[in-house]
Amino acid sequence: MTARIGVVTFPGSLDDRDTQRAIRVAGAEPVALWHKDKDLKQVDAVVLCGGFSYGDYLRAGAIARFSPVMDTLIDQAKAGLPVLGICNGFQILTEAHLLPGGMLGNDHLHFICRDQKLRVENAGTAWTSDYSAGQEIHIPLKNMDGRYVADPRTLDELEAEGRVAFRYLDVNPNGSLNDIAGITNAAGNVVGLMPHPEHAVEPLIGTGRTDGLPFFTSILKKLVNA
Amino acid sequence: MSRTPLDTVEHAAATPDVELPWAELGLKKDEYERVVEILGRRPTGAELAMYSVMWSEHCSYKSSKVHLRQFGEKAPESDALLVGIGENAGVVDVGQGYAVTFKVESHNHPSYVEPYQGAATGVGGIVRDIIAMGARPVAVVDPLRFGAADHPDTKRVLPGVVAGIGGYGNCLGLPNIGGEVVFDACYQGNPLVNAGAIGVMRHEDIHLAKASGAGNKVILYGARTGGDGIGGASILASETFDDAKPSKRPAVQVGDPFQEKLLIECTLEAFKEKLVVGIQDLGAAGLSCATSELASNGSGGMRVTLDDVPLRDSTLSPEEILMSESQERMCAVVEPGKVDRFLEICDKWDVIATVIGEVTDGDRLEIFWHGGKIVDVDPRTVAHDGPVYERPYARPDWQDALQADDANKLPRPQSGEELKDQVLRLVSSPNQASKKWITQQYDHFVQGNTVLAQPEDSGMIRVDEESGLGVAIATDGNGRYAKLDPYTGAQLALAEAYRNVATTGAKPLAVSDCLNFGSPEDPAVMWQFAEAVRGLADGCRQLGTPVTGGNVSLYNQTGEAAIHPTPVVAVLGVIDDVARRTPVAFQEEGQLLYLLGDTREEFGGSAWSQVIHDHLGGLPPKVDLERERLLGEILISASRDGMIDSAHDLSDGGLVQAVVESALLGDKGARLVVPDGLDAFTFLFSESAGRALVAVPRSEELRFTDMCGARGLPATRVGVVDGDAVEVQGEFALPLAELREAHEGTIPALLA
Repeated sequence: MTARIGVVTFPGSLDDRDTQRAIRVAGAEPVALWHKDKDLKQVDAVVLCGGFSYGDYLRAGAIARFSPVMDTLIDQAKAGLPVLGICNGFQILTEAHLLPGGMLGNDHLHFICRDQKLRVENAGTAWTSDYSAGQEIHIPLKNMDGRYVADPRTLDELEAEGRVAFRYLDVNPNGSLNDIAGITNAAGNVVGLMPHPEHAVEPLIGTGRTDGLPFFTSILKKLVNA
Repeated sequence: MSRTPLDTVEHAAATPDVELPWAELGLKKDEYERVVEILGRRPTGAELAMYSVMWSEHCSYKSSKVHLRQFGEKAPESDALLVGIGENAGVVDVGQGYAVTFKVESHNHPSYVEPYQGAATGVGGIVRDIIAMGARPVAVVDPLRFGAADHPDTKRVLPGVVAGIGGYGNCLGLPNIGGEVVFDACYQGNPLVNAGAIGVMRHEDIHLAKASGAGNKVILYGARTGGDGIGGASILASETFDDAKPSKRPAVQVGDPFQEKLLIECTLEAFKEKLVVGIQDLGAAGLSCATSELASNGSGGMRVTLDDVPLRDSTLSPEEILMSESQERMCAVVEPGKVDRFLEICDKWDVIATVIGEVTDGDRLEIFWHGGKIVDVDPRTVAHDGPVYERPYARPDWQDALQADDANKLPRPQSGEELKDQVLRLVSSPNQASKKWITQQYDHFVQGNTVLAQPEDSGMIRVDEESGLGVAIATDGNGRYAKLDPYTGAQLALAEAYRNVATTGAKPLAVSDCLNFGSPEDPAVMWQFAEAVRGLADGCRQLGTPVTGGNVSLYNQTGEAAIHPTPVVAVLGVIDDVARRTPVAFQEEGQLLYLLGDTREEFGGSAWSQVIHDHLGGLPPKVDLERERLLGEILISASRDGMIDSAHDLSDGGLVQAVVESALLGDKGARLVVPDGLDAFTFLFSESAGRALVAVPRSEELRFTDMCGARGLPATRVGVVDGDAVEVQGEFALPLAELREAHEGTIPALLA
């Protein structure tokens, strides 16, 4: 048996087909989910992919957070459903308060697309168990509003509880506090990050690295062994 | 413009003496008289609006048409061409049942007036052309030209243009994989913002812009129609900038990439369910263009009720509705039984869709407003029978003096130290410097099929995940060469784009072009245009790559000063397996560097003459298209059979520019030896065409040189990939760190 992993398409989602491909490459079965449909089709995990849902109007992720699918998703995530938010998906997760903090415009005010070096800080989540803590990886980054911010108390909590999952190395590409690239919730089932692991799963394509594949093999192993 | 009573066809016939604002709408007196002659009466206000935008230079190609015919007349036989010139974009067969559509267009004038929106809507327009053919857009490219890099206005225009291209393209989810950025004072008041796009479909999915089948419904869908961009094609794109006239800002459209993304998805879903008989995007000339082109290309007529067009501004007059260039709108022709399903799909994507008319039995395009008939025309007279000008042209009297001012006679560096200094100045000059600061504002990765993106020689996209089939595209143009000799300059642009595609391992198939020139009313400019078109058409015939479509942008001049003639050529190629692609970066130390082709003393129009001597004169490099074809075949074979690990075309900046780029990208140095028969200066800086630099693994050397020898292509061993410097033996060595600082520091220092 394999795992069924849902990918939600909001209006303006861009990386939905890429994410489905990454899930397939890892050996799991991708399931397309539509934002107006509350039904999660009994998937074992969900990815909120990158893009510009609702054109980033109002604030990135702020409108998508109210799509019907999110009602179900929020309930099930709280009950333990593994959820990964990539870029715009991360922004939606913070807007939905499944993850703390939020994203502001990049400090240099430009869109930035680069091959970004990261350190895996927490290899204990549902989406990072195929990495080792401290491992350095390269994952493509591309965003306009990627500057992670949170109040000092939240930051202290995240750091103290080991909930900073990924940190930018060499270059902080957007001014994120504490060089934070991605975080997890306390239970480790909900993870969000700005870089795009789904763009780093095949040699030849993109940067030619496959450093993003362990996201998808991590969750597959967890679900299949469960 | 609205007047009472409503200016219906009946009213126009009854009031022949009413004065209409034809001059304000950009029509010439004889053109207006021709409209009256066609209709047998004065036009209504709405008819005048339609004719004025559709007969503009931008839409009718009235000055360029007589020359552009050569692209058809001289077109080489090509099995690959599925749809040629005249549709929204050309379509090329790339094998395995796939077809690719691609096109390059200009959005020059709007981008100078309002850089962000001008450039953004340029991307939007070309992408809609691609969707209208039935294809999913898979990539964009942006050939850009600006004034001097250190001019204060460049700092206004460039960041806005780049942000606009990124803001729109990134939000659409289209990887930006290629293009160019060139600086030259001649583009100061007239930046060139060209935008290209590629789309992929199956053969059976090709759609055309025609309205057939009486009773079929005409559906307008996408954004509501507003007052933006009214007269954009006629007033903005078809006139020279003049300081004395009022600001043209209201004629620039405002883009909404989110709406366009929805439009892409809902259009593709409608195609998939085979709901669409004919389709046209609304770009220049808006509804005037879409209705008249759909109707004239189909078998019947069309009746449209303008009251049904969803509006952003309820006070718009019918003339304004017809002329509006509001973005993100499309027009589809759908059989009555399929209308409900079409509307359902639009609703799913939250896209507004409205039936605004239907195809009729007759041959007239009739448009109604408030119950009155305000347009009754033969659509062909609007869409296709515009004026055709045989503009006078003459070789300018300064051309001889320009060509006599020989760049080969400029003072050359006399020592290794001087060579080294000039190499550093070259690779750090704005045109030769890294454009990373610009291209990193574009998403290269989205869609997960990008195999190569800038600064590679061509952008490459995987088309089929199973077989590895891919397509490559390169755009090139060199206004300096074209100024020295427009015929040769156009062929050099073609040759370079062709070579760039072949260098990455793809086989060149077809061409699209964007021809950027000054005012056609100047005989010297018209001569440049005529020569460039002749050169390009002859070149395409010789290389076997037909022109599939493109765009002409005239009036790129402020006052008397025209831009350099700038034909930009896009070449599309196909590669059987993207795993065999050849990158620019040096891959492994110890690999042997071979220079392919002949190096001559050719410095006319060169980057060296510009950077070191601020000089433009003499003759551009010679073109030998048979040699280009042979070089291309060798590069493709070598890539397919694994004989080379990296390759870089030689063009502006010559061999040293190519070596520095390959070294910096691979983070590996090179030791070069000046070959017998050449001096170090010519070896490093010559811009002779038909050349490439390749890195050959030692185990493949014999096989590779044997192949070149057997085919008659000169291949000269010029060095080895090695160390952490670019060294020319006996002359100088430049550490990679120093080169990197020089090459990558320039653009951020000027613009960031």
